[in-house]
Amino acid sequence: MSTYKPTGQRVITLSFLFLAIIFLIGAYFGVQRFFVGGMGAVSNLNGGFSWGIWVVYDVVIGTALACGGYALAMTIYIMNRGRYHPLMRPAILTSLLGYALGGFGAFFDMGKFWQFYEIFLPWNWNFNSVMLEVGLCVATYIIILIIEFSPVFLERIGAKGLLKILNKVLFVVIALGILLPTMHQSSLGSLLIGMGHKVDPLWQTWHFQPLLAIISALIMGFSIVVFETSLTSVGLKQPSEAPLLAGIGRIIMWLLVGFVVIRLVILAYQSKLGLILTSGTSSLVFIIEMALFIIPIILLAMAKTRNSPGQLLIAAVCMLFAGAAYRFDAFLITYNPGPGYTYFPSAPEIMITLGIIALEIMAFLFLIKKLPVLHDTKHA
Amino acid sequence: MDRRDFFKTAIAGSAATICGAGAVQARPNLEPATEAIGMLYDSTLCVGCKACVAKCKEVNDRPPSNADLDNPWDNALDLSSETFNVIKVYKDGNGETKDAIKDGFAFEKRSCMHCVDPGCVSACPTTSMRRDNRTGIVTHHPDSCIGCRNCMVACPYNVPQFEYNNVFGNINKCEMCNQPGVERINNGQMTGCAEACPTGATLFGTRKALLAEAKKRMELKPGDYYEYPRGDVSKPDSVHEKEVPKYLNHIWGEKEAGGTNVMHISSIPFDKLGMPPLAERSASSISETVQHSLYSYLALPAIALAGLSFMVKRNTDRDDEEGTS
Repeated sequence: MSTYKPTGQRVITLSFLFLAIIFLIGAYFGVQRFFVGGMGAVSNLNGGFSWGIWVVYDVVIGTALACGGYALAMTIYIMNRGRYHPLMRPAILTSLLGYALGGFGAFFDMGKFWQFYEIFLPWNWNFNSVMLEVGLCVATYIIILIIEFSPVFLERIGAKGLLKILNKVLFVVIALGILLPTMHQSSLGSLLIGMGHKVDPLWQTWHFQPLLAIISALIMGFSIVVFETSLTSVGLKQPSEAPLLAGIGRIIMWLLVGFVVIRLVILAYQSKLGLILTSGTSSLVFIIEMALFIIPIILLAMAKTRNSPGQLLIAAVCMLFAGAAYRFDAFLITYNPGPGYTYFPSAPEIMITLGIIALEIMAFLFLIKKLPVLHDTKHA
Repeated sequence: MDRRDFFKTAIAGSAATICGAGAVQARPNLEPATEAIGMLYDSTLCVGCKACVAKCKEVNDRPPSNADLDNPWDNALDLSSETFNVIKVYKDGNGETKDAIKDGFAFEKRSCMHCVDPGCVSACPTTSMRRDNRTGIVTHHPDSCIGCRNCMVACPYNVPQFEYNNVFGNINKCEMCNQPGVERINNGQMTGCAEACPTGATLFGTRKALLAEAKKRMELKPGDYYEYPRGDVSKPDSVHEKEVPKYLNHIWGEKEAGGTNVMHISSIPFDKLGMPPLAERSASSISETVQHSLYSYLALPAIALAGLSFMVKRNTDRDDEEGTS
């Protein structure tokens, strides 16, 4: 059954060493944060901006970028498009790495990290809290991703018996792998509701937050599949999956159209269309963000672009920026806690986030070279 | 399952979701606690002496802020993990006239407002922020806190503050001088700041009595004289007679986001004093309505899981038959 193969290439390359240096710089500041001066010593977090890039990039955006496994599982198993199966394994791997490191980022940001387990104790649970849903659901999903990825290890060590058992129950695991991200990715949007007036009116859509969050998560999930697949085929000289990607491109196009239309209809319904032009800096930010959503719609609508790997990559980058911008803008850039507070991440704070990203890419490169993750097109 | 079947199932599922959501009632704002206690801060009476700030630091055992060898006293500029109560100043133009919007100045107290429907309590995943059922005091319980700081972003007034400069820091906030070890309210005393205030600008009392007092002051005629109480509004330590200023007809905390137990009155519009733009409906009531519509008894997720498992099973079985795993 194995149509997947390790690429078998060398692990230690120049780019790998470069990533390792970035990681070590981040790790140095990590030691400062946990053992020397606390969060204040390495970050610009303050009383008004208590969530900075560690929460907004590492968790809110990072996990959305890790939605490739979720988006593909939905296409393959629910919409029954089995032909996308070759893309599944690398997508599950990036999801696993993205979520694991999102969890790691959350731990970095956790003010009282030494008692993180308190959130897992049922007698502490506050069922009114959006954060409770996010915390528990993300933790469970990481376990589900490990199970979904485990056949790769089991194949490698030849554990046929275990594989057989796993295959019998895999359908429930896959179903959970679709349900759980739907829950916590929408809840990441719901976090904004409780932040009330601090969220700019153009982004504070109240009851509609979970809807916009889940659509943007799907957009980012599909985009990262296109992005990574194009990049691995170019960068590691793997055979191209272009025909498959063009099909995904069509799905994303409709998600983008849906997002833009729903967003504008909500603003009209809440009588906030005028704010698009009258909110000063927020207006500019909103217009740039919307442009990032609309440009790839135009690119993807044309069959010529959709079938060209290079153009598709440009569209994917655009969409990743669009989804990331939506979340960055709402949680940080236009976020206004009131007079007297400003925030821009400090250099050590940025280095910690870059270190986490470097670690994620290093792990991905190592694993596809050593384990049967990538699709072997010759056998397909 | 072909495409048509998929859409049929999807539409049926969405319809069930929407009906389910519709059946859950919107969660209205919470009501004040039965014996809610609070404070009334009258900005027009405040002379900016900061006796309340000093007393607060003493009662809560907090160090002076921004102090150095040349200025070895407390210079707190805003709320922080060291400062649970602070007096801020509004100044316009030459800043000569008290309580004038133009060319004037005014004071504003910042401390926990003890919301009737607190955002921090709603947001906290581990129930480390609680509203006392009887007194309405919003308390913090560090033993179960994980430091996610959602209470800080969910507080309209930026009240809970984290000790960023301590590896093993905590969330800190005003607990109306009733936290374990202090317990002034339980012992029949009033809050430190109200006790220390020389002009009665910070009054202590039940929310009901304070709201009645605030409404009475709104009715007074500017220029008349009124006996202002000091300390506890229902049994004042003393009173002093003073000319009535021109109050703005607005009691901050009567209705804002469900109301607060600490209320403010002033001559200067509250947005100029740095108060946030709040509607009458609390953000937590909207947030909880959405959460409970989707997750009550985990009913919708359970139905969704059953449906998804069924579809995945059917689609993978068919794939296996066709040999295209």
